[in-house]
Amino acid sequence: MKKLVKEFTKGIIKENPTFVLALGLCPTLAVSVSVANAIGMGVAATFVLLGSSVIISLVKGFIPGKIRIPCFIVIIATFVTITELCLKAYSPVLDRALGIYVPLIVVNCIVLGRAEAFACRNNLASAFFDGLGMGVGFTLALILISAIREVLGSGKILGHTLVNGFEPVFVFGMPSGALLVIGLLLGLFNLIKNRKT
Amino acid sequence: MNIQQFLGIFISSVFIYNVILSRFLGLCPFVAISKDTRQAFAMSAAVTFVITASSVVTWFIYRFLLLPFNLAYLRTLSFVLVIAALVQLIEMVIKKASPVLYRAFGIYLTLITTNCAVLGAAVLNVDMFFANGKPVPGSFYYSLFQGFCMGLGYTLAMLIMSGIRERLEFCNVPKAMRDFPLAFVIASVLSLSFMGFSGFKF
Repeated sequence: MKKLVKEFTKGIIKENPTFVLALGLCPTLAVSVSVANAIGMGVAATFVLLGSSVIISLVKGFIPGKIRIPCFIVIIATFVTITELCLKAYSPVLDRALGIYVPLIVVNCIVLGRAEAFACRNNLASAFFDGLGMGVGFTLALILISAIREVLGSGKILGHTLVNGFEPVFVFGMPSGALLVIGLLLGLFNLIKNRKT
Repeated sequence: MNIQQFLGIFISSVFIYNVILSRFLGLCPFVAISKDTRQAFAMSAAVTFVITASSVVTWFIYRFLLLPFNLAYLRTLSFVLVIAALVQLIEMVIKKASPVLYRAFGIYLTLITTNCAVLGAAVLNVDMFFANGKPVPGSFYYSLFQGFCMGLGYTLAMLIMSGIRERLEFCNVPKAMRDFPLAFVIASVLSLSFMGFSGFKF
């Protein structure tokens, strides 16, 4: 039990996919314009991570080592397609906001990275909690970045105005603002890490 | 299909919606191998080549395989597999036909398999140049050209970035900001300057 809790929590801080491992940055930057988009993307990616981790850990005994990567990709792509279709059916607005970045989850290095580094070597329970932890870590990172960008870039959070009369800094809503925020955040995390050691 | 449309595709995919600086596709190699101009150039040449080739192949797959059989929902799955196979094929052909070129591209070709710029270009082409399950007139040429232009945009951003990072090699950067964080801040300034292009109107 203790081990499972550890598998879950390591993805959130110690091995956070975005800030520590610097994986899967493309969707992180592209959809972090607003917190609502970020949560949508985070949930979609968590679902794919969780599903593919579970399936891969179940079938790891049947897949020959040489063709494991294509097999993983097919499994991941299946879950991405499920996500795509569900989004289109139940939340067309979110689907339009996320655009091409939903199909691109399939080439997100976090998902394939976890499949290759963890799910194909561990049992079902560990893989489940690892996938869930990584997904939650990814979602939290997305929410952090998008909160900074939304507050500075439009003066709102989840559509509610925070401070009246605040002049928004539009550049934070633009691509360049995303790159600046992630650059400075990565620097900050490095600084904290260096202080600790 | 006219020349103005091609010009529009060129300007928008090289400058306004630059693959890296505005669409954030293919960021990992952009940050990881942009320290040296020669490597950066080899990588971007390989990416341009693969994006162009995959734009053509995925267009055919979508038009003649997925659409007639009502399988459009298998787009993501089939594109990923086709691109992976294509990259392997290109690698084998180059290895056989031109060992010199193979050495120049080296590991970059293999890395491209999971480069989101390639899949992104394929998905964008399908989104833009197919309407209601039918290709728009000239759709094939637009897809081909847009794929190539996205590669050019990638090359442009990569070369500028590596040029800047080579100059910064000897600067005294605070320890926490070295490598990745600094690369992102540079990219941010670059992206800011590319925003100027969005003033162009057609």
